[in-house]
Parts: sequence; structure tokens; C-alpha cells
Amino acid sequence: MYQEALKNKDACIVLPDGTSYEGYGYGAKGTVAAELCFNTAMTGYQEIISDPSYADQIIVFTFPHIGNVGVNLEDNESLKPIARGIITSQMPTNPSSWRNTGRLDDWMQTHEIIGICGIDTRKMTLILRSLGVVNAVISYEKNSLTNRDSLVKKAKNWPGISGSDLAKEVSCKTPYDWNEGRWTWPGKFRNPAKNKKVVAIDFGIKTNILRCLAESGCAVKIVPANVTYEEILNHKPDGIFLSNGPGDPKATGKYAVPTLRKIIRDTRIPIFGICLGHQILALALGGKTLKMKCGHHGANHPVKDLITGKVEITSMNHGFAVNRLALPDDVLETHVSLFDNSNCGIELKGRNVFSVQYHPEASPGPTDSLGLFSKFVALMN
Amino acid sequence: MPKRKDISSIMIIGAGPIIIGQACEFDYSGTQACKALKEEGYRVILVNSNPATIMTDPEIADSTYVEPINVQTLEAIIRKEKPDALLPTMGGQTGLNAAIALEKSGILAKEKVELIGAKKEAIEKAEDRRKFRDAMDALQIESPKSKVAENMEDASNALETIGLPAVIRPAFTLGGAGGGIAYNEKEYFEICRNGLDLSPANQILIDESLLGWKEFELEVVRDKMDNAIVVCSIENVDPMGVHTGDSITVAPAMTLTDKEFQLMRTNSIRILREIGVETGGSNVQWAINPEDGRMVVIEMNPRVSRSSALASKATGFPIAKVATKLAVGFTLDELINDITKTTPASFEPTIDYVVVKIPRFTFEKFAGSSNELNSTMKSVGEVMAIGRSFHESLQKALASLETGLTGLNEIEFPNTKEEIISVLSRQNSNRLRQIAQAMRSGIDSKTINQITRIDSWFLERLEEIIAAEQHLKENSLPTQADELQTLKSIGFTDARLGELTSLSEETIRQKRWQIGVRPSFKRVDTCAGEFPSKTPYMYSTYETLFPKSIDCESSPNDTEKIIIIGSGPNRIGQGIEFDYCCCHASFALSNSGIETIMINCNPETVSTDYDTSDRLYFEPLTVEHVLEVVEVEKSNGNLKGVIIQLGGQTPLNLTKALSHHNIQILGTSPSSIDLSEDREKFQDLLNRLNLKQPKNGVARSEQEAINQAKTIGYPVVIRPSYVIGGRAMEVVLNPAHLMRYIKDAVQVSGNNPVLIDSFIAGAIEVDVDAISDGKKVTVVGVMQHVEEAGIHSGDSACSLPPYSLSKKIITKIKNQTKMLAIELKVVGLMNVQFAVKGNSIFVLEVNPRASRTLPFVSKAIGVPVPGLAALLMAGISQNNLKEPKLNFYAVKEVVLPFDRFPGVDVLLGPEMRSTGEVMGIDKSFEQAFLKAQLATGVELPERGTAFVSLKDQDKNEKLVEACLALDELGIEIIATKGTAIYLKQNNIRVTEVKKAYEGRPNIIDFLNDNKIDIVFNTTAGVQSIIDSQEIRTISVAKRLPYFTSVTGSWAAAHAMKSTKESEIRIISLQELNTIREV
Repeated sequence: MYQEALKNKDACIVLPDGTSYEGYGYGAKGTVAAELCFNTAMTGYQEIISDPSYADQIIVFTFPHIGNVGVNLEDNESLKPIARGIITSQMPTNPSSWRNTGRLDDWMQTHEIIGICGIDTRKMTLILRSLGVVNAVISYEKNSLTNRDSLVKKAKNWPGISGSDLAKEVSCKTPYDWNEGRWTWPGKFRNPAKNKKVVAIDFGIKTNILRCLAESGCAVKIVPANVTYEEILNHKPDGIFLSNGPGDPKATGKYAVPTLRKIIRDTRIPIFGICLGHQILALALGGKTLKMKCGHHGANHPVKDLITGKVEITSMNHGFAVNRLALPDDVLETHVSLFDNSNCGIELKGRNVFSVQYHPEASPGPTDSLGLFSKFVALMN
Repeated sequence: MPKRKDISSIMIIGAGPIIIGQACEFDYSGTQACKALKEEGYRVILVNSNPATIMTDPEIADSTYVEPINVQTLEAIIRKEKPDALLPTMGGQTGLNAAIALEKSGILAKEKVELIGAKKEAIEKAEDRRKFRDAMDALQIESPKSKVAENMEDASNALETIGLPAVIRPAFTLGGAGGGIAYNEKEYFEICRNGLDLSPANQILIDESLLGWKEFELEVVRDKMDNAIVVCSIENVDPMGVHTGDSITVAPAMTLTDKEFQLMRTNSIRILREIGVETGGSNVQWAINPEDGRMVVIEMNPRVSRSSALASKATGFPIAKVATKLAVGFTLDELINDITKTTPASFEPTIDYVVVKIPRFTFEKFAGSSNELNSTMKSVGEVMAIGRSFHESLQKALASLETGLTGLNEIEFPNTKEEIISVLSRQNSNRLRQIAQAMRSGIDSKTINQITRIDSWFLERLEEIIAAEQHLKENSLPTQADELQTLKSIGFTDARLGELTSLSEETIRQKRWQIGVRPSFKRVDTCAGEFPSKTPYMYSTYETLFPKSIDCESSPNDTEKIIIIGSGPNRIGQGIEFDYCCCHASFALSNSGIETIMINCNPETVSTDYDTSDRLYFEPLTVEHVLEVVEVEKSNGNLKGVIIQLGGQTPLNLTKALSHHNIQILGTSPSSIDLSEDREKFQDLLNRLNLKQPKNGVARSEQEAINQAKTIGYPVVIRPSYVIGGRAMEVVLNPAHLMRYIKDAVQVSGNNPVLIDSFIAGAIEVDVDAISDGKKVTVVGVMQHVEEAGIHSGDSACSLPPYSLSKKIITKIKNQTKMLAIELKVVGLMNVQFAVKGNSIFVLEVNPRASRTLPFVSKAIGVPVPGLAALLMAGISQNNLKEPKLNFYAVKEVVLPFDRFPGVDVLLGPEMRSTGEVMGIDKSFEQAFLKAQLATGVELPERGTAFVSLKDQDKNEKLVEACLALDELGIEIIATKGTAIYLKQNNIRVTEVKKAYEGRPNIIDFLNDNKIDIVFNTTAGVQSIIDSQEIRTISVAKRLPYFTSVTGSWAAAHAMKSTKESEIRIISLQELNTIREV
């Protein structure tokens, strides 16, 4: 950091209330407005930054050293990382990992992601914890530090994530197939035998979900978020998967919920949802969603399986949640967060329809809940 | 699932004395375990021979036995206490081995005692190399190529499969004792033979060499519902090849991708499941080939460990406490996270800082030992530091070591590249500074990585520190707050900044304060700030670059408060005893309504547990860091002052600087402390009181030393001023010896004077502890040393009360102690060392602070003396403690780490070298001494042959009495010529044996042929010491009981005699307190 400190600060974070924090920029240059959220994971920054669920968000990493292992092709969770920026305590370093193919900051530059370091990310986290979700502008370009008024204005004017259908933006535009299984040492992806066919509705799907489905024996057909009932059934799926993704479930639900309701009403195809997919399923079943104060973003979240009583440590990344107090009678709450008792899983009573709020595919995070994928496949028999 | 109701009493076995590889971390875990069980209403029976532990305080368990940890004693305790269950996982390898031995002896089955936490099968599966390997194969988890050998033929076959270099480790030994890496066949067979001898199971494991691989550890906790969490990942900066205990380590792991980390995590949990650790904590060690990521499991420990203590302190997650509760049936989600108080224990701590642990070595105390590091652990202690970057934590940790470092200080170094490479290629205790020095001389991190195999990520951070140093040297101290703040955030101490800019530390501090560069204190909260935390566990950092923002989470309270300065890393001479004292001050003051604030940097201790004091600062014990804590705590409430008497020499060394900053020192005034440490002033004081002192002087130059010694008369005891543990202390016999001492051992100068005392040969040493409120003095303990004067008090066994001193002498000693305490205006504690020769009493030393013997005394008299002392210092109460009377004997014996330092002479001397102590209690001195011997692991023979060879001064009535006792037991005595003649003159049956250089067969042959069962050997003079060293070396290797003083021999012989006469009795401290005379 000392080498940086000898230079002048050249980047800043500006909040709508006019507060600003100055630091040193890296990665791409530019100015963006987005929602600030913190992530407490200590590993897996590349997976986090490339997770499409972070659309229109800036990630504050609580762990100070981010970038230690560089980046590689295998750890991308999407083809095009979409997070708007990251805020770290320390400057990314030269990578040290037998798997690395480049530096984090170079990769961010390629993908147009702004980075700012020299920021007390713990303090930032405590601010976010007390204020709740905050919109902000980050700026790393020529006049970043002299342009405060216009940056404040920009922060104020940014509409925020609530009400926005971000899934549409990150979803694929045309269907495609997936066959590659999970990563194994020394860097190979398996190609497991497939005996089931799954249609995955892409609200911003993470690659590792596809790999987990393939690993469980599913040939996966990925379809856009606005897919119709008929298009889905045309693929003759054994199971339907509802993916994770960014934005407000109510906004995306406007078109996704009716489709889903029709499937549930007219077919008996097993359905499995993760994260945004979970929220959309809850809406389709008549539940409600709410915007959380600061969301859950990390890889250490305990979730209790209310059926078995077991606790799993999970990876989470969500700013909206299913309101557990407003679940319809035919919906069973199956999982709950032990951190704040928020809902983490539901199933439709008597049906092969279930979903979880957290990320069983991990990447990053613990793989305690991988079994959900086999459960999904088992339901198809 | 709630706690079990079918069991109501639980036994815990502690780890025994502090030894290398097993330090106070097991007091920390054992104390947590006892408290956790009592909290749940179980009756707790505790056995631990180590009196200097918090866990053996009578309040911690219901029945506390300070008794030897061996099958015979444990069986007796089980028969008496009839526990329902035994928790074997809290007392380190000692506790685990003892539990297995009990299981094998059949007593557990007979008395229906259930092993909880880990079953015998699980323990064996984890510890038995072959079973562990088979289990890993079943899981398809890779282990290093490996063979198990139970004899030399196996070893020879194994060599063909494994190849060289090969790693050899004996099974069931502590800290890998006796293992090593063989690079050639000769070494290979030597190490194998040695390992087979040392392993209690006569089993060694021979592994493919993973030298240079990256090394990691995960701390895993599992409950009976199969919920499992990884509390912490730890990465070793030192690659494979250096024992984890000797490695610099970092938490969390810094160089793993998530895919690798999750693989390691998942497999660690699978391993616990497969081994069958049903409940509790275990650590799993992994190695990764940096070239291709091949990951192999090294080992797992099915118990809490040194690493779990570190992980607990690094994350705030109390592994031992949680593991204990899981062992009695709770599940993780039923337990609350003590730090946040709002979230459950069933989560994985995530941290937003970097933790660095650095081991502390004491090679300088073991002349002739090499400071090279390998798979045998050699460090005696460790420090931990927390910062918001690796740089900051590393430099804070270096400053915490108290080895004179202020950061990456320069070190003497060769000039040529070849020589530098040769230095770097031998991993040794100075490696970090050598690497820094190599960087200063222009060698890049890539080259260093190739030589040392230390990951380039760590090396590049070192490079950044060096670059900042370089920049600072070329410019001057920055005047801009921002820039100085950044320098501080890299971890530079004020002292180091001073060295780099040729300013004094104090000048740097003033300048820094003037421009407002101050640390902020952040909390260790287990959750990286995601939830509010209720527990004030803090560290300082300069990370924030927010302009003018005050970003401190310390939030000092508006209370009456006292700061207690801890004792820093364990080292020989200053260890757990002082932590015991600090903890008791905290307990007593908190109970009296004072808010207690602990500062310490030793992760192994009870004092750094988050619930020992009201507030905890995990900080280096330097003037700079302590001042900043004082400043922030002063900002609200009433800081009554700082306690510096209890943490050994560490806080005492800060006294002057703290007083200079007008910080109130509680208790005995700094001027009195100075008076007791200033030789000349102290001499005046003794003269005033009409007390005797050995003739002595202070020398500030070589010539002065020569003159002084001559005036005083040889032999003299010589040592540097202001040291603890007799560092570089030596009995000097003549002028030539003195010259050698000055040349090799110390630098004598105006700032570093040496103290010279007349050596009173054959005197009895006496240690006295006293407590005073300035008016009334109570002598709490008078301890007679078993070894005579000239052997460091810390290495000598001692007896409370004295076993052979006359009442008259004892009364005189007490009176002299009281006079000294009054004259020095002691408020709090004082320790005095006396030498008694005939009817003369000499004052050797006065220390107005807690002593090493205080925990021992506290246990023996049943009063937590340091706690009382803290109340006196705080002015809360007056001294109304009556002088204790004992109707039994308590004997303290020490343990020495010679098995770790092959080739080092085991003769005791004025330089302290013991690592820990045990206590034996009985009605007779002899039995108490015997119990103390047993507790150190020494089994005195009941028959067989004794080898006796004593120097001329020791050919006296003590020797005769000792040999008569042996003779009565029917033990054959063989002796070298001089001793044999003397014994024959005194009508003792003896067979003469040749010395090593007198031809064959000689004593060495006898020892090698296992014909000797006990050794009494004292010696003087350089040549005879050299001549007889082999005798002692073989004795240590063969684990023979050996005594190197005539008084020790005398006590041993009498103890042996008394075993024959009576059964071993056991008594708990609680029972002891009921039979006390008041």
C-alpha cells in the first residue's frame, strides 16, 4: 500500500447524503452508480464478482487481501462478470496460485469493473449494517475527486434495485445446452453420463449450478427468463430449474410467475429453485417477498433443515427474501436461517416442487448442501 | 438435543507440566472445559500435575488432583471418585495417551467410565499411522507415499519404495519428538533406530518427503447430529519440513482458491466422520504441491490442540468450550456464539483481519544446539498479532516477541550471493530477518522463493515492507498525516521508524501524536462486522485512511478500571506462572467491581480468553502499544492505574516509560522497583538493615570485571543486569574462564553492566514469597531448594515447607523478608532468594513482583495470592492474610527439554533451562518428592544398579546417606574410582567401574548394555564436565532417572526408600483445604 500512498488518491465512493471516501483506483476506469453491499467470504472473490446476481451492485469485501490467487478461466460463474465495482482494503497483488492465468485488476479492466482500495472496509460494513442498503457512486477517472457535486447528484438520482427487473438483462437471449460437470483436481471438468433432461430458466444463472445439474446426470437446456410455458414443455423436461439472479423478484415475477403457475397447475414436472428462483417460486405459490435491510452475502451462513434438524453451512447472496410470516397454507417452510430466522427454503405440500434461498452449488462457499441436486433428480423418477 | 442426563460426573485429564509441544494452551482448553461442564451442572474431577495452571484452582473443578498423570494414580482416583465419564481430548497428547492407557488397563470398563468426545477406536484410528492411512485410502483421500516400520528390517524395505529424502516420525510421541528428515542412508538408519526407541509403540512412519510443499491446517468441530463446521484455516508461511509449532503461520489461509479450500474443507469433515470423532474439535493438516496443486493429508489430531487454541484466539470462537458441550450431548445450533451473543455457534467464523503467529525460540540457552528447524518442535512459546493487513500483523508479531526486534531488523549477513544462498537454504529461527536482509542486498523474491520455497505471496509482502523502509531511509519521516498513517498501517513500530530515520522512538511518537496519527481499535467479532458483537475483544490497526474520521470501536466504559499487563510469549524463565498471576488479578478485581482490562499477545493463555477479563486487547507488550491502549481507556471513566507486578519481567521493563508518561503504576512504586534492581542502591539498603549479602560488585567494562572478580574472590557468579531466568548466568571459576565468558556470553558496557557475586559453594538456597500492603507483611511461602546454590532457582526442585532447615533459621528468614518488604515499601508481591550456609543467611536477590513460585505457593496454601495482591495494589483492601501453616509437604519439581536438543549437556547450572513444573503433595517430604518425580515422568527404580560418581566437594554426609538408603533397598552401587574409595571408607558396599577414558569395559558400556537403572553424577571443572558428558547424554537417551546434584541424589534415594515403605496416597486440593490447620 505504501507505493500507492506515495501517489495521490485518484478514486472515490460517494453516497447520496454527500459523504465521500477517497482511495486508490484499480481495474477499469469510469464512474458508475449502483447498490453497495458487503460480502464476508474470505475465498472465492472471482466467483463472487462473476456471479450475475451482483448486477447493479458494488461489492465491499470485508476480507482485506483480495486478489491473492489471481484469476483463472475455471472460476468464472458467468461469461461476462456484471458486478459494477469492488471495494477493498488492500491493492490486489501479484497472484500466487498454480491455477492462476492473470492478475485480478487486469481481469477487472477487461471486464469493465472498477476497483477502489485504501478503504476501511470494516468501517464501510458497519455503516452498511446500520444504514441498511445504500446506493452509491464509485468513480475512478480523471476528475473523480474534483467532481464531487455531480457525483452526489448522480448517486441521488440513481433509482436503486427495488422494482427493477435485472434478470432480463443478464439472462441468455437464446437457449443453449450444458453438459460439463464439476471441477476436480487437477483442473478437469467431468463429463458425467446424463439420463435426465432439465430445463433451466436463466434469471442470471451461475455456471456451477449448471455443472452441479450435469454432475447429477442432467442434460441441461438453458432458456431465457421470459420463456413461455409452451417453449418449456416443447423441450420435454424431466425437471424444471429456476435459477438465481439479480434484482427484485416482484419485477421479474411479472412475467415469470404466470408461466410458473401454469406449469405447477397443469403438469407434475418436478421444480427446483435457487435464490431468485426461490423467491419467484414463493410468489407463484402465493407468498410474498420483501427487501432486506442489508441482505445476506457470505459463505458462512448456517441454515437449519427443519425436516431433519441438521444444520448446513451455506453460501448466500440475496438482498430480497421470502416473507416467512406470509406463506400460504399449502407451502411448507423447510429451511430457516439461524442468523436471523429468515426463510431459507420452501416446498409445495404433496408436490415435487421445492426451492432454497441459499446456494447449494456453492462456488464460492461450502458444499454442504450439494445433496439438493440429487434430491431434485430423485424426484424425476 | 439437550445435554445428557444419564451421566453426572466427568473426569478431565490435564496435560501435565509445560514442555516443548505442550504449553499453556492446554490450561486454556482445560479451564474452558471444566467451566463449561460445571455450568451444565456436572461434577468435574480434574487431574493435572501442573500447579501453575488456572484449571487446577480449587474453584474450577469439584475435585482437583494435583497428582502424577500415570495409570497407577489415575486408577486410584477413578476408584475413589467413580466418574461416569472421561473426557480425554482436553489435555493434549498427554491426556489422550493417559486415557488410552486407562482404557487398555481395563479400569474404565470395570468402573463403568465412558469415554466421551473421542472413543478409543477413533483415537487409535487417528493416531496409529497405518490405521489412519487405511482410513484415508477408503475415503480416496491422498496421503503421502508412506510405510510403517516396526523394526529395522521394515525400515530397510521401506527405503526402496519411498526413496530419499524421507521423513521419519515415531508414533505416539509429542510434537514429533525424535523424528527427522534423512538425506542419506546413514542418516536414514540412524533416525529410524532412534525413532523406534522413542515411540512407546515401537512404531515409526516413513513418508515421502514433502519438503517445500505448502502446509495448511483446518480446525473442525463436529456434533453428534453430524453438523460440522470449520472454525479457521491456517496457512504456514514456512513450507513443509518445519514443524507446525515452529512455523510462522497466518490465518486465514491466504493462497487458496475457493475450489481448493472447499475441497480441503469437505475432506476434513469427511475425515472426522470416518475416524469417528463423534463430537468435538480436531485439526486436520494438509500439504499442497505448489507446482500442480496435488493435495495430500498429513495428519489429524482427534483433540483440541495448540492450533485450536490459536484458531480460537484468531477468530473468537471458543473451540474447547464448544467441544466440551458437544461431548455431553448438545448440538451446535443449541449453543450461542459468545462473542455476538445473538447468533448460534453453528456457523463458520469469518474474519476481516489477518492473524500472524510467530514462535519464540531459546536456542541461546542450549549451548551447542543448532538453530536449524526441522520436524522436531523446538520453540518454547509463541506470539500472535492481529492487523488489517499481512504486513501490519507480521510486524506487530515481530515486535511482540520481546527478542529485541522492532520489526524486520537488520541481521549480520554474508556478502557474496553464494554465501547468502547457503544461509537461506538452511531454515533456522532467524530466517525471516535473513530473507529481509537478502532483499536489502538486492536478491529478488523469485530467487528467494526457489531457495526457501516460502510462497512468493508472503515474500512479496516482505519486499513491500523492505521497499517502504528503503524509501523512508532515503527520505525522512513524512510530515503528512496520510503518509505516516500508511507507514503505520504497514505495521512499522515507532521504534523501527526511529531506527530508520535516526530519531528516538519517543520523538517519533511525539511527532506522530502531533499530526494526529493514532490507531483505531477494531473488534474480533467472528462475523466480519455483519452482526453487532457484545464482547470487547480488540486489536489496534492503522488501516483506515479515512480523513479525520475517528473510527474506533473500543468504546471505553465510564467505570473504575485497571489495566493488567500480561507476560507475553512463553519463554524459559517466564511462562504460565505469570499468566496465572495476571488472571487472578483480573478475577479478584472484577469481583470487586473494578473493570479489568487485559493486554497480552500470547494466544496460548487463559489471560487472552475473551471472558477472563472485562475487556481484552490483543496487542504487543511494547511501550507504544500499551500507551495507545492506556490513552483510549483513559478517554472515558476512571483509569486507576496499571498493574505491572504480575507479568514477570515484561511489564516491569515498561515501568519507566509508563511513569514517564504519567501513568499511575499500582502497588510498589517504580522507585522501589528501581532500588531493588540497582545493585549499588540495594547494597546500601542491606547495609542499613544489617543484612548479609555475598560479596559483589558491578562491572561496566572488561577490566572492571577482572578487577571486581579478583577483589571478590573466585568462584564468582556472573550475569548481565535486568534479565530473567538466569540468561547468560554462569559460575566463573578463574580469570581465564572470566575472559572466555566476557568474550562469548555478554557484551559488557556502560549500558549493559554485568553483576558479579561471590559464589557460596554448598549453600542451601531458599525462595520466599511475601505479600504486603505497605504496612503489614505476610510471608506466604518459604521454600527450600533441593539442589544447592549455583543451580538456578527455576531449575531446582523445592519443598514447602523446608525439609531440613531449623526453625530458628526459618524465623530469621521470615523476619529478614519482612524488613525488606517494609523498607522497599512493597505494596503487592515480593520474592526474596536467600542462601543459607551454616548459620549465616545471605540475601541473593529481591524482586518486588510476582515470582515463578507463586502459583505453586497459592495451590499449597489454598489461597490465590496474586488475586489478593491485586486488591492490595488497587488499594481496595488491607492485608489481613494470616501466615499460612502447612501440615504436609508440597514439592515442586521441574521438567527439562533436553530430549529436544541432542548433544547439549544436561548438567544443571545458573542458567535456567526448564520449561515447566509439577507438584507433589504428601505428608512426608520423601513421598511428596517421589510424587513430583513421578509427575515429571521419572520412575525411580525399586531395585537394580545405581551408578554414582560425584565431584570432590560432594563427597560428604549427604552422599553417604544417599548410598546407605540405596544399599538398604538392595540396590547395587557402582562408582568411579574416587567416589568408590570414599564410599568404602564410609563402609558402603560398592563396585568400582572405569571412567570412559580409563579403558574397557567402562561406564559407557554398562549404560549401553542397560545395566544401570539410576545415575547420580555431579561434576566440576571444564575437563571433567567434558569427560562425563557422554554419561549424561546416554542417560537422557535411555530415559534413566539421573540427578546432577548431591542434594537431588539424596532426596531421590530417600524417596525410593519411602516408596518401599508406604503406598502412594492421593488427595484432592478440596480435601486438602479441609484438613488444613488454621
